[in-house]
Amino acid sequence: MPHSEPFVFNTERRLVVLTGQTARNLPELLAILKQISGSSVFYHTHEEYFLSRQFARHEFYNDFALWISEALQEEPLAEKLAAIDLLSFSTIRQIRERMVAEIAAFLESAGGRARECPPGDEFHFCRAKSFVVPTGIVARDLPDFLNRLPSVSNTSLYFHFFEARLRLERMTNDFSFWLSGIGQEALADEIDRLNPYAMTLEELRHRIIQLGRRRLGN
Amino acid sequence: MAIRLQDYEQIVGREEIAELSAFAERVRNKRLQNINSTAVGGGVAEILTRLVPLLGELGIEATWDVIKGDQAFFNITKAFHNALHGHPEEITREMLDHFQANTEANLGSLDLNGDVIVVHDPQPAGLILKKKEIGRRWIWRCHIDVSSPNPEVWNFLRPLVDQYDASVFSMPDFARDLAIPQYMVPPSIDPLSDKNKPLSQDTIQDVLDKYELDSTRPILTQISRFDRLKDPLGVIAAYRLVKRNYDCQLLLAGGGAPDDPEGEVVLREVQEAAASDPDIHVCLLPPFSDLEINALVRGSTVVMQKSIKEGFGLTVSEALWKKKPVVGGRVGGIKLQILNGVTGFLVHSPEGAARRTMQLLANPGLRQTMGENGHLHVKQNFLLTRHLKDYLFLMLSLDHPDEDIVQFYQA
Repeated sequence: MPHSEPFVFNTERRLVVLTGQTARNLPELLAILKQISGSSVFYHTHEEYFLSRQFARHEFYNDFALWISEALQEEPLAEKLAAIDLLSFSTIRQIRERMVAEIAAFLESAGGRARECPPGDEFHFCRAKSFVVPTGIVARDLPDFLNRLPSVSNTSLYFHFFEARLRLERMTNDFSFWLSGIGQEALADEIDRLNPYAMTLEELRHRIIQLGRRRLGN
Repeated sequence: MAIRLQDYEQIVGREEIAELSAFAERVRNKRLQNINSTAVGGGVAEILTRLVPLLGELGIEATWDVIKGDQAFFNITKAFHNALHGHPEEITREMLDHFQANTEANLGSLDLNGDVIVVHDPQPAGLILKKKEIGRRWIWRCHIDVSSPNPEVWNFLRPLVDQYDASVFSMPDFARDLAIPQYMVPPSIDPLSDKNKPLSQDTIQDVLDKYELDSTRPILTQISRFDRLKDPLGVIAAYRLVKRNYDCQLLLAGGGAPDDPEGEVVLREVQEAAASDPDIHVCLLPPFSDLEINALVRGSTVVMQKSIKEGFGLTVSEALWKKKPVVGGRVGGIKLQILNGVTGFLVHSPEGAARRTMQLLANPGLRQTMGENGHLHVKQNFLLTRHLKDYLFLMLSLDHPDEDIVQFYQA
């Protein structure tokens, strides 16, 4: 039975929490990665998407890959970690397991050889403490939702797409969840299949509006 | 005229200021007391001077107290400071005793009336002893790098730090593995201060003329104290390499501390190295030269901050804010401000600095793009308004110590 709950757009602000855990080489990174909080794994695989800078970003969006490339100069491993398709995982635990497996395999193939980073270039494990607040923007139905979407901030989009699915373990993004509830299952499914990791937040916004308009027939 | 919160609207936008008010609403009934060791001079006093009134405008009863101490106490805390940075210092039992006696004297005279008490740096850290008696929420705001301290001083401080509810560091590299929560709050620049506010082209030209700089040729600039860790001789070496291909000028400008004998030695070395070249301008600026520094940076083509060791290095943000690409050493907080290849270049050597500077001089489009990127990066991360918001988040964090995600609903 479809519900008629409106969609409340939230946004997120955060403080970075320092875990005090630091790695100088791959064995140390691996040991910490195995036991650090899921929140920290999420942070280091998603921070660049959250920041949604208005300019060209790093080559790697994944902090682990970036550090392995810049501080350890182990390009083949950096490339592998950066290429991991985050959309194919439904939990942070799976992402962690995949990263751990890649690093362990690399270390094994290197026969115990592990480079040290230059002093001052250590990897510092962090996580975010997030404050989620309503933006004041509320959508009553699909046409209203599509009209409101252009005025929603990138951070709000990020929150409902990235955080909701993995960090809040809602399995899908908030938009799809809501749309299913108002009887728009097909559209919900189409939006769920978008890959937010492969586009900018602006592109994501544009795609959602496009799909929605098509569904409405205009 | 005093700067008001509203004045920042023109820079960060109305939404940002509205958001500050919305978050402030949630902690408005709390008193926030800051305590440090000096009312003037130094980065901490500078930031509190600006933050405390703005917090007040947001409806938070923010206050600022300064601990008292005799000369011996401040000599000891200076030794502590150096030791925490990892320099060899002799720390005696008498010094620790004197530190404790001074803490007790301040505990007797200070009115600890905040609901949240933010203690800045090691000098007043011992005030936490009062927590057993009065409770409240306590934050230790450490502005210095304690990642590799002298163990004697750290072992003395650590039991005090452990009693706080939370600690705050400027960047991950400065922190340690502590039992209490550690938050990151980077420092910030004030876009409305004399050092950063917009200036007219005429003002910039007047200052360039005063320092005999030719605005028709490229100007490379490093603004910093004359300190070996800022590597001014390395900057001259880089400039000389650039000069082979580009008819440019070098400006090394900074203030000096009258009680810093090493600064005078370094300044002399720099002046000697520069003596044979009329295109190298070495300027020892008097105190209160902020407006001139602002104009000099705005008149520059490329800014350098080729430090060998650095705290946060806010001069980088000051230059990026003025849309100048920065070539800087890959150390300390410079790494957070220069996104390599995006807002400037990170380098390890004079040769590297020269190569990147030439790349920038050859390509006005790249300078412009990096300048725009740098401005946006600072706007998003290193402005006073972000710092203000972080203070509100810190207060909120104390109410939600164990939650990763704090959900607020429509008020």
